Amino acid sequence: MLSAKRLVLQGINYALFMGLVWYFSFSPPYVRLAADEAMISLALSHAGKPVQECRRKSQEELNKLPPNMRVLEECPRERSPVRIEVLVDDQAVIDERINPPGLYKDQGVDVYHSVKVPVGDHRLEVRMNDNIRVAGPTHHYHQSISLSAADLLVIQFNHAHNQFLVK
Amino acid sequence: MKIINPIKRGYLALEEWFNISFGPDWNPLYHLGTLTFFFFWVVLVSGIYLFIFFDTSLSGAYKSVDYLTHEQWYLGGVMRSLHRYASDAAVVTIILHMFREFALDRYRGFRWFSWMTGVPTLWFVITLGITGYWLVWDELGLYVAVLSSQLMDALPIVAGSMANNFIEGQLTDRFFTLMGFLHLLGQPVLLIFALWIHVKRLSHVEISAPRGLAVGSFISLLLLSFLWPATSHAPASLSKVPAILNLDWFYLNIYPLLDSLTAGQTWVLTIGITMLLMIMPWLPPKKTGAAAEVHLEECNGCGQCAVDCPFDAISVQARTDGARWEYEVTVADKLCAACGICVGSCHSSNPFRSSNKVLDTGIDMPQFPIDEVRSKTKRALSELHGDTRIIVFGCEHAFDVEQLKTPSVAVLNFLCTGMIPPTLVEYALKHGADGVFISGCRNGDCYFRYGNIWMDKRFNEGRKPMLRERVDRSRIAVFRAAVTDGRLIRRELAGFTQQITALNQGKTASAAQDIKHA
Ligand code: HEM
Repeated sequence: MLSAKRLVLQGINYALFMGLVWYFSFSPPYVRLAADEAMISLALSHAGKPVQECRRKSQEELNKLPPNMRVLEECPRERSPVRIEVLVDDQAVIDERINPPGLYKDQGVDVYHSVKVPVGDHRLEVRMNDNIRVAGPTHHYHQSISLSAADLLVIQFNHAHNQFLVK
Repeated sequence: MKIINPIKRGYLALEEWFNISFGPDWNPLYHLGTLTFFFFWVVLVSGIYLFIFFDTSLSGAYKSVDYLTHEQWYLGGVMRSLHRYASDAAVVTIILHMFREFALDRYRGFRWFSWMTGVPTLWFVITLGITGYWLVWDELGLYVAVLSSQLMDALPIVAGSMANNFIEGQLTDRFFTLMGFLHLLGQPVLLIFALWIHVKRLSHVEISAPRGLAVGSFISLLLLSFLWPATSHAPASLSKVPAILNLDWFYLNIYPLLDSLTAGQTWVLTIGITMLLMIMPWLPPKKTGAAAEVHLEECNGCGQCAVDCPFDAISVQARTDGARWEYEVTVADKLCAACGICVGSCHSSNPFRSSNKVLDTGIDMPQFPIDEVRSKTKRALSELHGDTRIIVFGCEHAFDVEQLKTPSVAVLNFLCTGMIPPTLVEYALKHGADGVFISGCRNGDCYFRYGNIWMDKRFNEGRKPMLRERVDRSRIAVFRAAVTDGRLIRRELAGFTQQITALNQGKTASAAQDIKHA
């Protein structure tokens, strides 16, 4: 079964097979970022403001309710969509409008988005509107940044301070 | 002449090349399923070794893998490389296994089930590899983690954002432990279950590769592991983006798509391809012939057909007709591949029986009943001319033996040569054939899996119903040929004809001597 000729031929076949396995196990290399590129990631969780103000119920309305359900205010559950723009040197690199998820559109939105930007000094601007009742941005951030190759700049939102956190 | 589809022609040429290198017993293309299992074994054993040293925490994972790779290179490093390369090799054999079933049109009709259940196993294997790369927790692991999370976030099933976990300061061990659990236990169990379903409609499923192939593959894996050990990227860093990644394209090919597609589009594409693959058996559908029929009057319930059925379509049950036998067999029509192998298994399929009546047997094929087999054989033999009369038995899935027909060569095609009762060969030799030449799918590659194997065992190894000892073997030849093997089979038949002519001349000479002596 195993003549010298077959042994050689099998050796060639195994070599070809393992060569294929070896090569595609790591190559061709995948260039995620060119040598002069860095990355900006927007990663935030944020809940938009309710679409309407809470409304104070009139005494008449309250009287109609059973005593244990007489809550003074009626607040709508639906939240505003969140519009968020990231501008690098006044060019929009991210521009998203995310509707709140949930059956009653009452949940917070999550955004994760990465973009490649050239290395060097830039003017970064982030604008967000989380309230449908307000025209224009409700939150604004701008800063000069300097990115070197392979840097990752992450834009988050700090709820405690109600402002963007960029690092 | 039938037109052969170029994909099949190409595949058969590759198969031929491997037959030259490995011979039919070790031809890897005949053992792609078992070879995949062999690679899985290597992955399992090496994986258990890696697990012993692996630290399942975010902070320790990278270092523990690095320790194996560098400090313990002679064993741990080799185990790691075997683990990686055997996983990669498995993807190659799975793709080839799929391609083979496709090229040889073995994915439609009664095979729809094996094909359709094969597709998810491919995904289980791929996702198992993905979590494996995740666990190394190097730059590549982080890349896989972030992009997988982006993909998951696009699905409506996950609340909140998974991707937001991979931001500095947010990262906890929670996810990592989950991945560890999935890779080490959850996914392998799922894969085993999926494979069990995948081969559920088959019987006599081989899962161990022939020793020669296993040894050869293992030696080559080992050599590769020593020559180019598997290594990691730099440790995962949440503040840097690796510019260049050495992706394992067998497992991680989906991620670069996210450069040009959104996560939602990537899902649509992958789910679309998966669905397309899954419905392929109906594009267009292929009709399976009529199922085998049991004729209880001729069945003594011996169960040989149930043992021989390659597709688990026949079962033995208690007698229902009050006959003196204890058992009978029954056919599940939906599982029957209409190969007729059961007809060859039944000793009632004996053409010497009921010579003046219709020949009935215990289990028969309505599209080609044994009585018709006998009458066609008889007619074909009666039409032969010349001094050397040969009958060729062929099969519908191999070389078309009709092309071999001449005034001194009769031909008869079967659903599968496993359908030929050994007594039919004896019958042909008694009724005018000087030689019986049997073709069929290439050795190791029977369209119905076991037709060739059972036939060989019935002829040579005493498997029931066997070819009787006293039948002259020198007047029987078996040469198996695919549709593209016309030249080979013609040469073989010519050689056989010469051999029979010589035998005939010998016989005439000795008969003449007998007369002289008398
Ligand atoms: C995950 C890895 C896989 C393994 C380990 C595997 C293994 C096997 C084995 C052992 C058999 C039985 C072969 C025999 O005994 O004749 C088989 C049959 C089959 N497999 Fe797979 N398979 C895998 C994936 C796939 C995939 C992805 C497909 C196609 C989508 C596929 C399609 C088929 C078909 C159509 C058959 C039926 C062959 C027949 O009826 O003769 N398999 N597989």
